[in-house]
Amino acid sequence: MKENFPLNLGSNPPMVRFTKVTKRYGELTVLDSLDLDVKQNEIVSIIGPSGSGKTTVLRMLMTLEEINDGVIYVDGQPLTHMSQNNLLIKANEAHLRKMRNNIGMVFQHFNLFPHMTALGNCMEAPMHVLGMSREEALARSEELLEMVGLADKIHEHPARLSGGQQQRVAIARALAMRPKVLLFDEVTSALDPEVIGEVLNVIRSLASEHSLTMLMVTHQMGFAREISDRICFFYEGKIAEEGTPQQIFEDPQNERTRQFLSAVLAAN
Amino acid sequence: MFEGFELFPKFDWKWSFVFEILPRLLWATLNTLMAAGTGYAIALVIGLVFALAQRTGIRTVTLIVREIVEFIRSTPLVLQIFFIFYVGPQFGIRLSPWTSGMIAIGLHYAAYLSEVYRAGLESVPRGQWEACKALNFSMTRTYFRVIIPQALPPALPGMGNYLVGIFKDTPMLMVIGVAELMHAATALGSTYYRYLEPYTMVGILFLLISLPTAFGLRRFESFVARALGMRK
Amino acid sequence: MQNYVEYLQTYGSRFVDGTLVTIQQTLLAAFLAIFVAALFGMMRLSEKWLVRGTSIVYIEFFRGTSLLVQLYWIFFVLPLLGVTFDKFTAGFVAVGLNLGAYGAELVRGSIEAVPKGQYEACHALNMSYYKRMRRIILPQALLIMLPPWGNLLIELLKGTALVSLISVTDLMFEAKQINGTTYLSAESFGTAMIIYYLMARVVVSPGMRAFESYWGKKMGRI
Repeated sequence: MKENFPLNLGSNPPMVRFTKVTKRYGELTVLDSLDLDVKQNEIVSIIGPSGSGKTTVLRMLMTLEEINDGVIYVDGQPLTHMSQNNLLIKANEAHLRKMRNNIGMVFQHFNLFPHMTALGNCMEAPMHVLGMSREEALARSEELLEMVGLADKIHEHPARLSGGQQQRVAIARALAMRPKVLLFDEVTSALDPEVIGEVLNVIRSLASEHSLTMLMVTHQMGFAREISDRICFFYEGKIAEEGTPQQIFEDPQNERTRQFLSAVLAAN
Repeated sequence: MFEGFELFPKFDWKWSFVFEILPRLLWATLNTLMAAGTGYAIALVIGLVFALAQRTGIRTVTLIVREIVEFIRSTPLVLQIFFIFYVGPQFGIRLSPWTSGMIAIGLHYAAYLSEVYRAGLESVPRGQWEACKALNFSMTRTYFRVIIPQALPPALPGMGNYLVGIFKDTPMLMVIGVAELMHAATALGSTYYRYLEPYTMVGILFLLISLPTAFGLRRFESFVARALGMRK
Repeated sequence: MQNYVEYLQTYGSRFVDGTLVTIQQTLLAAFLAIFVAALFGMMRLSEKWLVRGTSIVYIEFFRGTSLLVQLYWIFFVLPLLGVTFDKFTAGFVAVGLNLGAYGAELVRGSIEAVPKGQYEACHALNMSYYKRMRRIILPQALLIMLPPWGNLLIELLKGTALVSLISVTDLMFEAKQINGTTYLSAESFGTAMIIYYLMARVVVSPGMRAFESYWGKKMGRI
């Protein structure tokens, strides 16, 4: 039971709020009393060394893992908890399923369904989770696949698509659910260099429309700098520094941030 | 098809009977274990022959051995037991039930084990063979110091499963009169006209032996893998 | 050779009769085994310990004792507990229950072999358990389990030979009978072995491979 946390965040809430969120794996504390806000339609990039907890942030927001302490809110409502008799208690599966429709995720290894075509992959959840009719789901999926530049590949199975194409299908599939928040978990890390660009272009055009709240974990520093509204640098489970791209990349205050950036930029 | 259902009409388990037949059953169990052990030993060796014969590189030999192995694996063991026991006399050779049984089980499981050996050998990367050649190792040294230690861990689970499998297949030997556990139970059952206790005890005895053996084998596999430096 | 041809002309029809019974036993046992394997395989993965425990008990029991013992127990002892099967039914029930236990482990292993990423994608798309299993996980698990199921079906075919020991008139039984009257053991048992071999190599294995190929294409495999 959470006594010191509000039941909802009132009017004009941030789209995502982490309040004192902690995640432990046994003895290891991966996230340490994290506070993080993401405003509506904001684009936030999370950078940092491996093991710093970046991916864990996304996974907990997607409810792939349970948090050990704190509360996560999405669009003003608690995600990890629910209200009962004016108190916050741990959310049950029914509540999670209701809230999960607002969040979508694109994975590093795509995770497309191998036994369905690109079109099938996109139509699956709208039809079987949102209860959409076949025609509606078809229309929406075709539109999205066209938007990511794969209109001529909609009837192909994933095995016939390149990595970049598969990832673009994955983005379309996530968008088909019309989530309020879209999470990108190192989506170009598993791609060959020559196809990274096509995926980044899709994300770039999504960002430019600014009608989606986006949270990205990435190693593509140049890209993060270009499209983000805000950058968060994670170190050992906490936000060591955050700010606008200019602030972080041109004038980092924190010593760790400086070390990380120089190591990453030296590698390039 | 399904003839009847009344709740436990003739279920009167007599512990006194159990104790009466237990000595005979335990003695037969020893016989079973001996049969299983002997059969397994034969299968281990012949299986290796089958496996290596398929690696000679001579196409004809490989094909023939392959078909023999497939034939043995595709036909029921109980039928093979009958075949070996009864065919001998047809051509003048008298084989005792024990001998025919051991030959049948040995050949049958040799065929299965040869597949397990082959998989283990094939799992060793080609580069290992090449390194041995570059270092001018003899074939013996190559096999014993490099290849077999790496082929063994993946092969052990299969080898262990077949040990338990042989043990469970020994009842088939009763059809040619080998005095193993099931044979003893059937003899007792027909003598005293009570099958409940003998057959149930057979089931329990099998479980008591096969479950701990399977468990122990898994521990042994881990031990070997660690001892050969293949795992943490 | 001439003698063998005569032999076949005389006894061929009995072999055919026996083979038909063997096929019946195999098919019925296979249906039962598939049902049992699906049921207990999935129960094995349940989070509720009672469900999982029941399946573990079933699987370990039927795998830990031999088919012959189970067959005899079902036919001779079960009547004393009130459940009486005729010998034909006892035959395929024993074979089906026994091999179903092995099948359950195959089902479980295959479901576990489906990449975790698929579960995460279903989670991110907010699919319910049933939709996820039916539409995404189980179809992929089926493809993974087809090769070992091919072997299992051959074991099932071979297992049905044991029902001859409770006097079901299958192929094995006929071979024994003919051997009993003619003492031509090589011909009798040899013919039976050839028939089993042909059923396994020419019917079951190619059939499974064909199904594997079909399902593989359906699953988008190139």
